[in-house]
Amino acid sequence: MAIFLTEGSKVLVQGITGAEGGKHTRRMLASGTNIVAGVTPGKGGQSVDADGREIPVFGSVGDAVAATGADVSVVFVPPRFTKGAVYEAIDAGVPLVIVITEGVPIHDTADFFAYAQSKGTSRIIGPNCPGLISPGKSNAGIIPGTITQAGRIGLVSKSGTLTYQMMYELRDLGFSSAVGIGGDPVIGTTHIDCLAAFEADPDTDVIVMIGEIGGDAEERAAAYIKDNVTKPVIGYVAGFTAPEGKTMGHAGAIVSGSSGTAQAKKEALEAVGVKVGKTPSETARLVREILTRA
Amino acid sequence: MDLYEYQAKDLFARHGVPTQSGEVVQTADKAKQAAERIGGLVVIKAQVKVGGRGKAGGVKLATTPDEAFEKAQGILGLDIKGHIVHQVLVNPAADIDEEYYVSYLLDRANRTFLAMASKEGGMEIEQLAVERPDALAKVAIDALTGVDRAKAVEIVDAAGFDASVREPIIDLLIKLWDVFVKEDATLVEVNPLAKTTSGDVIALDGKVSLDENAGFRHPDHEALVDFTETDPLELRAQEKNLNYVKLSGSVGIIGNGAGLVMSTLDVVAYAGEEFGGQKPANFLDIGGGASAQVMADGLEIILSDAEVKAVFVNVFGGITACDAVANGIVQALELLASKGDAVTKPLVVRLDGNNADEGRTILRDAGNALVEIVDTMDDAARRVAELASKGA
Repeated sequence: MAIFLTEGSKVLVQGITGAEGGKHTRRMLASGTNIVAGVTPGKGGQSVDADGREIPVFGSVGDAVAATGADVSVVFVPPRFTKGAVYEAIDAGVPLVIVITEGVPIHDTADFFAYAQSKGTSRIIGPNCPGLISPGKSNAGIIPGTITQAGRIGLVSKSGTLTYQMMYELRDLGFSSAVGIGGDPVIGTTHIDCLAAFEADPDTDVIVMIGEIGGDAEERAAAYIKDNVTKPVIGYVAGFTAPEGKTMGHAGAIVSGSSGTAQAKKEALEAVGVKVGKTPSETARLVREILTRA
Repeated sequence: MDLYEYQAKDLFARHGVPTQSGEVVQTADKAKQAAERIGGLVVIKAQVKVGGRGKAGGVKLATTPDEAFEKAQGILGLDIKGHIVHQVLVNPAADIDEEYYVSYLLDRANRTFLAMASKEGGMEIEQLAVERPDALAKVAIDALTGVDRAKAVEIVDAAGFDASVREPIIDLLIKLWDVFVKEDATLVEVNPLAKTTSGDVIALDGKVSLDENAGFRHPDHEALVDFTETDPLELRAQEKNLNYVKLSGSVGIIGNGAGLVMSTLDVVAYAGEEFGGQKPANFLDIGGGASAQVMADGLEIILSDAEVKAVFVNVFGGITACDAVANGIVQALELLASKGDAVTKPLVVRLDGNNADEGRTILRDAGNALVEIVDTMDDAARRVAELASKGA
């Protein structure tokens, strides 16, 4: 098992004929993903050659799903077209829609998230996220497939590179799934969704949760952990030195007044028994201690 | 992007939200002329993007044009919580009977929008929320249906507005929603929303934050950007499309990925405690690509910060391999040297992830004495803090 994404997942790529979509299609294929289709409006009937494999291109997600049974969509569509692309995936009933695109207007995300909720048939991950990987099984998004292996750690993170760093530091132990939920103020899948999935996943023994400044997702995750998570959780929070009122790279990473600080998040997590590493390497060490003690 | 009051009121007016027309001026002379044109009692308001202007002496009444000159002179140049006043708004003074509060904002926790409204306007809303939470109505808004008349009625009822202002506030709420959606705002706030003695309801103040990600559908928003409050280094970085935030330490930071860079700042600050409190000088995320040109642009900005004594390049090779990053660093140093801007401050480089060994070899072979390679993020942070303390 793993969460959200398994060896049986059939992945389609929206925006496959674009530079990013094409590049990452090849990378996903190389890490074992079963990519069954691409979608680019107006280019239905064509195909894309990805390192010797022919991927059929469809003009709509509906056509792609009907022809291939795709059940995961990875969206590489530019910001101005992202909302339409996600609507299409929701309308086609794709159960998992992973939005990699950075720079999507907040009103668009709030809109397509509300639409997905109203339909109740699609989980959205992202936007502005690296996607997720279940090492050895499937990789949907832009997480490098070569830096870690399959194992029993579950990871959920707002940040791409911190995810990679953690996967690399713990590569000898390996991961069941690693989910980059994205750094935007509104995201489709939260820390809590992933904590619940990892708690229920028999192949996950320990959960790493990486957060950063902005909002109160980590505080709410802490409250959730207290009542619902029995597996050990190790936390890390980035942005202790971030000044108030400045956006630190991610659109959602901003301390507003006294809210959204790294300190408050760390304290909320520690108050429910989550050990929080001071640095990424200390965080990795805490995870290692749990897994090697068991 | 936060707007000034006068910009917010312009957007209000464009969407039919009742507000006052006034004039924005940069000098006391022009304030006097504006007061002459407006006639009667005027209010002179400091234009700064921070709350508490009234308490700081940034809002004054003037009965005559000469008094407007005098008051404007006192307000221009004021330092309000670190914001220098460069311009004032001259508005006709309103005869206020009652003050209310209304706003729309993004509710991150519930991933939707929220309306807030109160009969008790005028004070800082954060204070009201803490001291008298019952007086602040909060109504969730579905992003798909927005604010129609029924929703506006719901907001008005929740706040308990008096029957005499019910209809005008319902109308205002619908138009304010237009501002929020059509301008791609993440916040629109009217505080105070005033009922005048003649019974009109008008937005006496306005606060608007616009979503920069939506800039592609609002070419007119670019004109609202004000660079006078932007740090000159941040401005230069913006021109080069670099994601840079100026801080006030001695260790320049370059990294890839927002999360990793934020983490790097923290790790450097911890390590800096051992070396006389060395702190990060900036946030700079060069993204996944990390080409030689981007690396050179980044180094150039960071090294032109006089406070920087040493630089930490912290890269995890995920999508980009470390050998490409190492080549980027070597070429960037050559590029800067050929421009006569040879780097003279020490660089500590930590490369990890894909092809890290190859990357380190490339840096070693290049043989630049100022470049030190350290294997782990923690050790590299300690070393760069030490170097910065020696350079200080």
